[in-house]
Parts: sequence; structure tokens; C-alpha cells
Amino acid sequence: MTQRIPWARISWEHWVAGCGLALLLVGTYVGLFVAPPERHMGDVQRIMYVHVPSAWNGLLCYTGAFVAAIVVLWTSRPKWDAAMVGMIEAGVVLNALLLVQGSIWARATWGVWWDWDVRLTTSLVMLLLFAGVMALRSFVEDAERRTTWTAIATIVSFVDVPLVYFCVRWWRSLHQVQSTPETVDRAMVLPLRMNAVAFLLLAIWFAARRARLELALRRRDEVAVPERRELVHA
Amino acid sequence: MSQLTAPTLTSPARAEAGFLRVLAGQTVTVLRKDLLLEWRGRSRLLSVMLFGLVTLALFSFAVGPDSANLRAGASGFLVLALLLSSTLALSESFRLEHEQRAIEGLLLLPVDPTAIYYGKALGNTIFLCLLAPVLMWVAMVLYAVEFGALTLVKMLGLWVLAAAGLSAPGTLYAAMTSRLRSQDVLLPLLLFPLVIPVLLGSVKAMDLVMTGDPMSQLRSWSLMLLAFDVIYWSLCGVLFQHAIEDP
Repeated sequence: MTQRIPWARISWEHWVAGCGLALLLVGTYVGLFVAPPERHMGDVQRIMYVHVPSAWNGLLCYTGAFVAAIVVLWTSRPKWDAAMVGMIEAGVVLNALLLVQGSIWARATWGVWWDWDVRLTTSLVMLLLFAGVMALRSFVEDAERRTTWTAIATIVSFVDVPLVYFCVRWWRSLHQVQSTPETVDRAMVLPLRMNAVAFLLLAIWFAARRARLELALRRRDEVAVPERRELVHA
Repeated sequence: MSQLTAPTLTSPARAEAGFLRVLAGQTVTVLRKDLLLEWRGRSRLLSVMLFGLVTLALFSFAVGPDSANLRAGASGFLVLALLLSSTLALSESFRLEHEQRAIEGLLLLPVDPTAIYYGKALGNTIFLCLLAPVLMWVAMVLYAVEFGALTLVKMLGLWVLAAAGLSAPGTLYAAMTSRLRSQDVLLPLLLFPLVIPVLLGSVKAMDLVMTGDPMSQLRSWSLMLLAFDVIYWSLCGVLFQHAIEDP
């Protein structure tokens, strides 16, 4: 007898992830096989279809974490703390992907894996800053203090995020300035947008799962059985 | 009618002025307390200064005896010595408060937490500025650089901006990490990436002061340092009360 899948019990974020994965597959197919190669860079330009979505969504995740951090300081609600952690971690994953993809692209086009260009440097600093926030969080045992301090460190670190976005306009940079649909061929815009939405949906899934895990860990800590030593002492 | 509305219009401004006056008074009191403690002990200043000197010597060993290379990297070595020394100074500034649970007493007093922050941050800035004469003199000797009077004044001004830039987020993070067992790891981990603009700006500006500024870039680098200071002195002052709410 075949067992029915309880569709209603599947969390909403899994549906979001499913849509994201499907869109990513289609977008990647279009990017690799339908979109034309770039005139000067050739096929290596196709890395743009994952590189740019990583950048956009990474910045978006950090911005979401910043907003959540302000709400956390305002309300101290665990829900917002969990959301903040989810978005920080999703942002860090996307930021790391961004640097790796950028490095591969740089090797093929600039001839070096890394250059101390202002965009690359600020992106690396952004990763280090938010990795530091995660490290701080892992060292604090008290739940309330952990929440507040993570929010503070997130707000302090966020100052770098607008800098990453605007640095290519403010300073001379080897990295190109932001493209617009007017400066990119229509055949290239479609897979780029599809993958951007796909990355966004997958980031939402990641952040939501991480937030659920954080809330579960907090509940576990609240109802944890005291250690034997503490019981004897009591 | 106008007589009735006039006080309501001016009273918030007056209240704000009164609040700022009280805040400034409390800040000066906290600063005086810290400076007095430092003066009585003096061991922190001496040990941090010695650490800075050792760092400067280590850089010259790492680069080698070629004076041209040393001179080219002098500004970077100086600022790195300041940065590395600052972590010792910053963590030490809150260790004393927590050691005797003095911070609890301080928070029980009718003192605004913002005043505690600004008092501590100013104290740390002054402390780091006190390192300047010794470290600069040693850099002149070890790296074969020469400062004229005007160069020295400009260097000191940049040193003050860099010290203020390190102290603003450093004081906030030191207040948080001083209560953790892994403070020695966490403070640099949080602080170093954050103060990279201070490192870049001060190294570049000091280099321009020492080697000449044909493209007139000194002003823009100094302004970048100043902007960093203004942003973080304001932001960390607002956030500090949340960091120490629950000692």
C-alpha cells in the first residue's frame, strides 16, 4: 500500500525552496545554453548569472538582518532574533560564494585571483565583519545577552554594506559599476533576473530554516533539565 | 496666547541643553576617574608602550635592515603598532571594572550609560595618544625617517584621528567582550575588520605627510578618517547602553 505524502504538513519555506530550485535550473539552462556569449570575455562571462545574484541577495540579507537587529533592540522578541541570525548566516554564505565566484572570474579576465580593488576589499571586509558577529554569538552563553550583543554587532557592522554598493561610484575601481537593463543585452537580462529571484527564494528558505532552528534551540535551553550538580546544590 | 505658547516652544530646547550639560559633566567625571586610576597604576601605560616598541622592532626584523624598505613602510608599521597596542589597552580598560565588579557600582549611580561610554572612549583615546611621542621617536630612529616641526604636528593630528577611530568601536566591543572567557580572541576578531578604513586612511595620510603630497590627497584621506570617527562615535554612543544594561 502506498503511503500518501502529508502535503499540508510541509512548511511554507520548503515550497519556496522548491520554486527557487526549479527557477535556478531553468535560469542556469538559459544562461548556459540560450544566452549569447559576451563579445570580449566569451563564455567566462556566464559566471555573471550566479555572481550578480549572490551579490544582490547577500546585500539584501545583511540589510534584512540590520532591520531585524533594530527591532530586536526595540522589542527583545526571540522571533526577531531568530530572523536576524537566519539572515546573517544566509548573507555570510552568499558573501563567501560571491568572493569565490568573483575570484574565478577575475583570474579569467584580469589574470589574477585577487586584486586589492576597493569593491573586492570592502566585500572581503563585509564577510569578515559578519563572520565576527557569528563568532561573538557563539561565545555568549546567556540567551538575552546573546540577542542584544548580536544586534549591536550587526548594526555596527552594517555600516560597511552601503560602502560595498556605492564604492564603485565613489572611487576609481577595477570592478565595473552597476549595470542596468539598458546596458545589458535583453537575452542576458532574462537568465540574470531568473537566477536573482531563484537565489532570493533559496536565501529565504535558508534564513527561515535557520530561524526555526534558533527558536528550537532557545526552547530547548529554556526547558532543559538542570544538571545533577545544580539539583544537589538546590 | 503667545505668552502661553512661548515656554512650550523653548522648553524642549532648554531641557536638551540641560541634558547635554549634565551628560558632559558626567562624562568628564568618568574620564577623570579613569585617568586618576591610570595615573595611580601607570603599569598599563608602560606595558602597552613596551608592547608597541617590541612590535616596531619586530617589523624591522621582518623587513630586513634595508633602510629604503623600512622608510617606505614606516607609516604602515607605525599604525600597525598603534592598532596592536590598542587591543591590549582597550581590553584592559574594562577588565579593571569587571575584576572588582566596579561596573555594577558605576551603573547603580545616577550616571547616564552614554556618559560612561564617552568617558571611557575619551580615556582610551588619550591613552593611545600618549603612545605617539615614544612610538614616533622610535620609528624615526629605527626606520631612518625624519620629521620637521610641521610634519610632526600633522602626524600627531592624524594619530589623534586614528586613536579616536580605534577607541570608538573598541570601547563598545571591549565592554561586551570583557565579560567573556575568550575576550583575547574576540576583541581583535571584531575590531580589526571594522577599523580597516582607519588603518588605510591613517597609513596613506601619514605616508603623504612623510613623503610629500603632490596630488593634494591628504585632505580627502583625513576627511575619511574624520567621517569614520563621527559615524562611530555617534553610533556606539547610542548602542552602549544596550551593551551594559545587564552587567
